[in-house]
Amino acid sequence: MKMKQLPLLVGAALTAVLSSNVVHADGLVFWSGQAAKVEEAQAMRDQVLSGFEGEVDFQPNEGGPWMTRAEAEISAGKGQIAVLGALHGNFTTLADGLMDLSSLDLGDVQMNETFMELGKLGTDELKYIPWMQATYVMAANKKALEHLPEGADVMALSYDELVAWAKNMAEATGSPKFGFPAGPDGLKHRFFQGYLYPSFTNSMVTKFRSAEAVTAWETFKELWQYTNPGSTNYNFMQEPLITEEVWVAFDHTARLANAFNESPDDFIAFPAPAGPTGRGFMPVVAGIAIPKSAPDVEGSMELVKYLAQPSTQIETLKATSFFPVVDAELPADMPAAVQISGEAIAAMSGSADANPGLLPVGLGELGGQFSQVYKDAFERIVLAGQDVQTVLDEQAETLRGIMNDAGAPCWAPDEPSDGPCPVE
Amino acid sequence: MSTLVDGPVRGGRGQRVLFIATTVILCLWVLVPIYLLFVNAVSSSSDVTTFPKPRVPAIDLESLRFFMNYQGVARASWNSLVVACTTMVIAIGIGAPAGYALSRFDFRGKSAFRLLVLLTRAFPLPLLALPLAILYIRVGLDDTVLGIACVHALLAMPFAVLINFSLFSGIPVELEEAAWTLGCNRWQAFRKVVLPLVLPGLTASAIFAFVISWNEVFAAAVLTIEHRTLPAFLLQSLNSAPLHLKFAGGAMLVLPALFFIFAVRKYLFAMWGIANR
Amino acid sequence: MLGSGRAFRRPLPGRVSSHETALGHVHTRAPDSDAMNSRSLPYLLIAPALLFLAVFFLYPFSLVAWQAFSTDEGRLTTEHFADMVGYWKFNDTLRNTLWLAAIVVPIQLVLSLLMATMVSKMQRGRDMVLYIWTIPLGISDLAAGLIWLAIFEQTGYLNSILHGLGLIEQPVAFLGYQSKLTLFVAIMLAEVWRATAIMLVILVAGIGLIPKEYNEAAEVFGAGPWQRFRRVTFPLLKPSLQTALILRVILAFEVFAVVIALSGTQFPVLMGAVYERQFVLRDTSVAAAYAMLILAISIAFTLLVLWWLRVPKEARI
Repeated sequence: MKMKQLPLLVGAALTAVLSSNVVHADGLVFWSGQAAKVEEAQAMRDQVLSGFEGEVDFQPNEGGPWMTRAEAEISAGKGQIAVLGALHGNFTTLADGLMDLSSLDLGDVQMNETFMELGKLGTDELKYIPWMQATYVMAANKKALEHLPEGADVMALSYDELVAWAKNMAEATGSPKFGFPAGPDGLKHRFFQGYLYPSFTNSMVTKFRSAEAVTAWETFKELWQYTNPGSTNYNFMQEPLITEEVWVAFDHTARLANAFNESPDDFIAFPAPAGPTGRGFMPVVAGIAIPKSAPDVEGSMELVKYLAQPSTQIETLKATSFFPVVDAELPADMPAAVQISGEAIAAMSGSADANPGLLPVGLGELGGQFSQVYKDAFERIVLAGQDVQTVLDEQAETLRGIMNDAGAPCWAPDEPSDGPCPVE
Repeated sequence: MSTLVDGPVRGGRGQRVLFIATTVILCLWVLVPIYLLFVNAVSSSSDVTTFPKPRVPAIDLESLRFFMNYQGVARASWNSLVVACTTMVIAIGIGAPAGYALSRFDFRGKSAFRLLVLLTRAFPLPLLALPLAILYIRVGLDDTVLGIACVHALLAMPFAVLINFSLFSGIPVELEEAAWTLGCNRWQAFRKVVLPLVLPGLTASAIFAFVISWNEVFAAAVLTIEHRTLPAFLLQSLNSAPLHLKFAGGAMLVLPALFFIFAVRKYLFAMWGIANR
Repeated sequence: MLGSGRAFRRPLPGRVSSHETALGHVHTRAPDSDAMNSRSLPYLLIAPALLFLAVFFLYPFSLVAWQAFSTDEGRLTTEHFADMVGYWKFNDTLRNTLWLAAIVVPIQLVLSLLMATMVSKMQRGRDMVLYIWTIPLGISDLAAGLIWLAIFEQTGYLNSILHGLGLIEQPVAFLGYQSKLTLFVAIMLAEVWRATAIMLVILVAGIGLIPKEYNEAAEVFGAGPWQRFRRVTFPLLKPSLQTALILRVILAFEVFAVVIALSGTQFPVLMGAVYERQFVLRDTSVAAAYAMLILAISIAFTLLVLWWLRVPKEARI
């Protein structure tokens, strides 16, 4: 680059700047916090959204930018985003800026009722329409199966058997082979809320600091001894499964999909373990919403309707490994991940001791802080080695404050309450 | 390497060997991690995840090819280039006069101004992004190259101002004074005497601006939709990508920056040479 | 172009006007013929920068700052700061950030001084070596995190090498939660690798400004290398050192991407807390409080560097 060329370059840049100003999006901007993986984004564009009549510009983003942009457009009262897509938890602070979708006519689509309730975000309006769902299952490398404790059935495991299994593997291979998504973007809090607590206490909130809860944490601490210490870096368990850093792992179906798809013959999926009060499990729900600032509301409505169609939902399943939220007949030619994890989900929800929980309902914008209570309990008890009862007592205070501020009554598996869900 | 690098003329043989050895070690310290990145980028997905790693990596361009065919990479690269060049122009255009003022004048509020310039970097950008985005949407700067370049120029400003300040300070004011006595006015003296001397250095501070803009993700991800820059476009989708694609994407980001620094290395060198009297 | 400047290169005797700080020393002998008033000229020159900063920094900054100090109803409050300090991880977060800066920055200072001195002594290959040493300038912190993760993770290169040498049988978890020390060292190495080049470039420029004659004169009078550095190079390099250190220290308090990539949640730092509060907990006021804390620490350390590397008026040449 000679000095003489500098003015040329500058000129070119300025021309480009001026000529490229204020070109607005050609199609409807679908601002999504999910399906951000390169392959998934490509599949969303090529297979899912290509069937829509209009142009859709699918823009996947991480949490921070996703939130900032959505908030900015809502505050400014105008913008380019036509449709927002994200996990339930991401919508909780945006409720005021989202359109009421209860008048939207979905035709004969049968939407999951419980999820529709979640979509109200603690208001009287329908703030988002369920988009897709996933749940957590366990995954194992087939090499791990020979270390199963005697008499244990992998399709109906208990927490104690899981601990024994992890111990066997660690002793046989010389390194811990169980993995858990405790990284910064890992969904560990949902495990404590929807799996560990319901399985040991039949509760998510009320018995937060009970003796049963102490047992639950003690069991988890025991499991943690045989858990790969790299777990605090894992956000998606599919990678350590593929690299064989871990043999057995727990994560939600979409975050295990790569492992199943890449080597369907090497891996199995199986239900989450059961505790004294049953086999707790919980769904992960993503929704679609329309910001009040959307430039073309009609178009946005059409896109939302399109995404809720059973055929679109099945294409979405193929693209993202998130399951439909509407009644839909699954065809036979599904990707390996869908088949493998589908069987595990069916076994889990069909098991005799199934104890399904709900995502937190009615917490509004306190949803993030609610989850933080469980994350903090984990970090303090398991990582920092603090006394279980002390930590639970302290965190219970925070939890009680959140429940009272939100005024949210209990949800399953806790018994329904009149007033805010109590923390005993 | 010893034929390429040579130490000080004085000093014994042992000292020279030590000098060259240190140079080589420091070069390896920089280069080996980059080499590993590129090896991973051109390895097959199974090689990236095996343990222990193969000694001689097999070349497999599959991951890189994925990005070549990935929708929108070319356009995002072009956007990145335009944004980075615009950032350069704004940062130097605004930073150079300020640097000159700091080096030549003593004025009220000088320390406050210098502190202010520095503080733009001391405050977390992700928090500034929200009010800026709202402002942009209201005034129509949203999703424009100029808008995102302005934010990047803000990040480059401390570098531009301070590097220019030390550059201008390096040129004895006597040179300008000599020109004034020969009948030049301030502007003429600046243009004919000072500017030629600092131009190479200006290029060096332009590198900072370019590189800062080229690598910035957060603001670009928030403030653009149609005009995504390459990092906003790639890294957004990379976070949860499989490992081999992460490396390929990382390498694709690093490569242009390497070429850019290589292209202007003469001026980095010249910045050194300029005052080497 | 370089040739045309050659005649001017030799400094006028006894004058190193370049070596003053921004906070010092005046040269305002504008020509009488100059139409522009030299009193208003500096303000004219900084006006564009000031205007730019006002719109793109001061405006959004004041909004965020207000959030940190006010309640939803608009009353002044310190409760967000109390929230911040009361959080159980706060002490760790603050300590980690300060420790990391306290260890990384001095290493970088020494390393970049060494590299800059070596560059200035090089007879051949200077161009190429300087290029190689400045390469990390072009690498974003995200990419740097990725690179160093590939080295330190369990199936990474370091474990492969150790395994290849027969030193270990099972991969070691360098980045695990129990091995805080190796975790810290890994983050430290990655930061030193990534961000030394910024200081290097500034120092190389600064060393270039020191007339060779000074060192030669000192040598004639029998000064050893260390004395020459202490008595000649270091004092004359102060302005560049100041710039390099301040920029580096400020960026060190914002360390984030590399830490997250290598440690997950196991090494909380201030900038990570900002992200967590802002985007996960949606507690924007406390996020703003953390941001104000980062700002306050940065100002404090900027002033400290300015004081440490001050150039006393009487010592100016």
